Amino acid sequence: MNSSVITFPGSNCDRDMDVALKKFGFKNKMVWHNDIEIPKSDLVVLPGGFSYGDYLRCGSIASKSKIMQSVINFAKGGGKVMGICNGFQILVESGLLPGVLLRNKNLEFICKNVFVKVNNKDNLYFKNLKRNTLEFHIAHNEGNYFCSNEQIKVIDSNNQIALYYSDVNGNINENTNPNGSIKNIAGIFNKEKNILGMMPHPERMIDPALSGEDGSIFFENLINNLK
Amino acid sequence: MIVNEKIAVEHGLKKDEYKKICNLLKRIPNITELGIFSAMWNEHCSYKSSRLHLKNLPTKGKNVIQGPGENAGVIDIGDDDAIVFKIESHNHPSFIEPFQGAATGVGGIMRDVFTMGARPIANLNSIHFGSPQHKKTKNLLRGVVRGIGGYGNCMGVPTIAGQTSFDESYNGNILVNAMTLGLVKKNKIFYSKAAGLDKPVIYVGSKTGRDGIHGASMASAVFDEKIEEKKPTVQVGDPFTEKLLLEACLELMAGDSIIAIQDMGAAGLTSSSIEMASKGNLGIEINLDKVPCRETKMTPYEIMLSESQERMLIVLENGKEELAKKIFDRWNLDFAVIGKTTKSKKIELYFDKKKVADVPIDILVENSPMYDRKWKKTKLPKKIKIERDQFKNLKIINVLNKILSNPNICSKEWIWQQYDQTVMGDTIQKPGGDAGVVRVHGTNKAVAASVDSSAVYCWAHPLSGGKQIVCESWRNLIAVGAKPVAITNCLNFGSPENEENMGEFVECVQGLGEASLYLDFPVVSGNVSFYNQTKDIGIKPTPSIGGVGLIKNYKNMVTMNLKEIGNILLVIGKTEGHLDQSLFSREILNEKNGPPPEINLFNEKNNGETILKLIDKKFIKTAHDVSLGGIITALSKMCIKGKKGATLKKPNYLIKQFEYLFGEDQGRYIIEIEKVSFKAVIEILEKNSVHFDELGTVNENELIIDDKSKVTIDELISSHTSWLTNYMNK
Repeated sequence: MNSSVITFPGSNCDRDMDVALKKFGFKNKMVWHNDIEIPKSDLVVLPGGFSYGDYLRCGSIASKSKIMQSVINFAKGGGKVMGICNGFQILVESGLLPGVLLRNKNLEFICKNVFVKVNNKDNLYFKNLKRNTLEFHIAHNEGNYFCSNEQIKVIDSNNQIALYYSDVNGNINENTNPNGSIKNIAGIFNKEKNILGMMPHPERMIDPALSGEDGSIFFENLINNLK
Repeated sequence: MIVNEKIAVEHGLKKDEYKKICNLLKRIPNITELGIFSAMWNEHCSYKSSRLHLKNLPTKGKNVIQGPGENAGVIDIGDDDAIVFKIESHNHPSFIEPFQGAATGVGGIMRDVFTMGARPIANLNSIHFGSPQHKKTKNLLRGVVRGIGGYGNCMGVPTIAGQTSFDESYNGNILVNAMTLGLVKKNKIFYSKAAGLDKPVIYVGSKTGRDGIHGASMASAVFDEKIEEKKPTVQVGDPFTEKLLLEACLELMAGDSIIAIQDMGAAGLTSSSIEMASKGNLGIEINLDKVPCRETKMTPYEIMLSESQERMLIVLENGKEELAKKIFDRWNLDFAVIGKTTKSKKIELYFDKKKVADVPIDILVENSPMYDRKWKKTKLPKKIKIERDQFKNLKIINVLNKILSNPNICSKEWIWQQYDQTVMGDTIQKPGGDAGVVRVHGTNKAVAASVDSSAVYCWAHPLSGGKQIVCESWRNLIAVGAKPVAITNCLNFGSPENEENMGEFVECVQGLGEASLYLDFPVVSGNVSFYNQTKDIGIKPTPSIGGVGLIKNYKNMVTMNLKEIGNILLVIGKTEGHLDQSLFSREILNEKNGPPPEINLFNEKNNGETILKLIDKKFIKTAHDVSLGGIITALSKMCIKGKKGATLKKPNYLIKQFEYLFGEDQGRYIIEIEKVSFKAVIEILEKNSVHFDELGTVNENELIIDDKSKVTIDELISSHTSWLTNYMNK
């Protein structure tokens, strides 16, 4: 399986993602934001970080960078594109995913472990996943997902919600919402489910010595699904 | 403008210093030259009051690659890997403008580390605020935490440990000390010593603006009621540019183009250019028209004294300009050839086709003032006789809850949740433990780091206090299973012109030197911050020690959360019950006098080394050092972290209960071991003549001190975790 991780100026989880993808068997290439073409890939990842220093709005300048036209074409042709954290912000800014990511409700950066409930397994990202909740790590200042009432209806009816912030048992309520996201949304798909954006960082949970191992479950399952 | 004595004094120079400048130059300096002198000769850059004493610190050791004098210290961690690290203060700017002050403090220390070729892999910080009741405290804390997080998070470097304290002596002068560790290959370390004639001098990074002019001079003066006017001297940070600068520098460093490199920190272009030339015993010529400027009509004086952030000065090999420029272009950073090295041994500046400064480098550096300031010795205070009546109405559990929720003990989760602790994917011990630990990427090794200070002990008796912090740093590293290697220090004091403050400095330095020599824990880098003083009132002496240790196999790292019900808890080290200057005495008995606990360096070393042996043999399941708040506070934190309880045994020797539980004797740890290893562990302890006491056993969910005193872990958690969050959200 071939994957590509895009490095924008200010990306800082690009190496972490590279390490994670390789650990679970991807042949990964790093792609520079100023390049025009993505190498042949089964998966393209927009990593976390502070692309363009979060200036203007998080992800907005990166969404206009050269490589993005190629990412957009790849995605529109059904290619798998995953955006983590800042990558999620870039996906909404480029219009590949609906909604926006506002500042966290408490107006502070939040770095901690959270549980997420997988809402939809009828897609290549979560198909066959043996667990319904996963423990992931969040680290963001603008992860408060928001969209209009009309949009949320569409998202819901298309089953586009990928992950909810929950407790360990999958209960979804205000106490398990770290950042004020509408409906506790932690990640969403596009209508066709080939594009996934999420705030949590599975790549930081790939080793028992780290904050946890549920990232390993996610990546192992993902590569098996893509094979 | 013709320079005179009055203008010199306005620049922070003393009258006799100005006279010395005129004598050395054999003429009156022009305004640009005066600016350069004021920048190079202020306390912050010249160490004029501290140099004499700092040279007594032990700085050598078998693992030391580079001691003080470079941008940061460097230690050998085996297999061609080295760790570059340093701590630095950004106190004055953070009080004036907490967000930018703290942010640029973090940015500055990271630059010091990657200037040497190392990729930053961990940040730490030590921050100290006034009384929680003081009207400025909350906003300062909020601003500083945002500033630290804002910069470090954006750079993608995890913040892995820190220390926060509150004390009314910081009401008018908060402290913000930032520390960074970087990883480098031993044969790829870069230094600031220029070499060779006619080599191009390159400016890279952000453009120069008018921000931060006289920042270093501001940091060398006492605050008064007009501090608000000093806001323009605070620099403004841009972590995004620094991230690009980091990547571009490391890319250039991978080749062999660089002869010397120096970041533009305090006193900007002035100190960076002079330092490189001075170390290389060369001259330097700069054409200031070539310096990329953000604002129009900047004068030579402003360009030389600007402290705009995210800039570097590089001496390149001839012919490498194009190659280097390509890299910086790719990262969208300014790149300009602004001058060259010369044999004149002078700094010569040109602007608008005119020579605007011409000063021999040795006058600026070697001839800079050095003072043997007057200082007063602090006598060891007499022990306090505590009236037993005072204990009569105290209930242990109430006292414990009060101590756990004390601002200086309570959980600092509100703070570290705002720091990215896990980016880079190698953080294996996060803030809240004895030390932060990160793996050396791609290897089995890990590096542990801790930052500590004990202002109260240093204030009561600077000599003991100085020793104590080094020991505490050593213990925090041992407790996670790391072999302590070296330290960096940030020495925060009041005015050196005040005999008492100067005495505190001299004796703290003496104490920390003695301890670091004995423990073979040398000082490899550091920084001095004097004038932490508003009008006549100085802060409590606050040397911060950043310790670094090595874990050969990260899988052997130890944590402090209790592991298994039924396991045995031991206290390593002797408990005498020293209460003077303890948190218990100060907060519960309201007794602020008396001597700090005594330091026995032999026991400290022996206990620590024996613990490492036990860890090596995998006997230790959990370890935690005993410090502020004594045994019961340390044990409570272990219970809280492990969500388990403990049942205490009565001590098998005569000691009063409050003294036993809350005394702050030094050189102690609490360890958890399995029942089956008890005999083997005791044997090793006895063979090494280490004193130990059986503290108790691990239970499910209650801390049981005696028949009358027990408390659930949930209650301890709530005491420990609520104060700071409530305070900040109130």
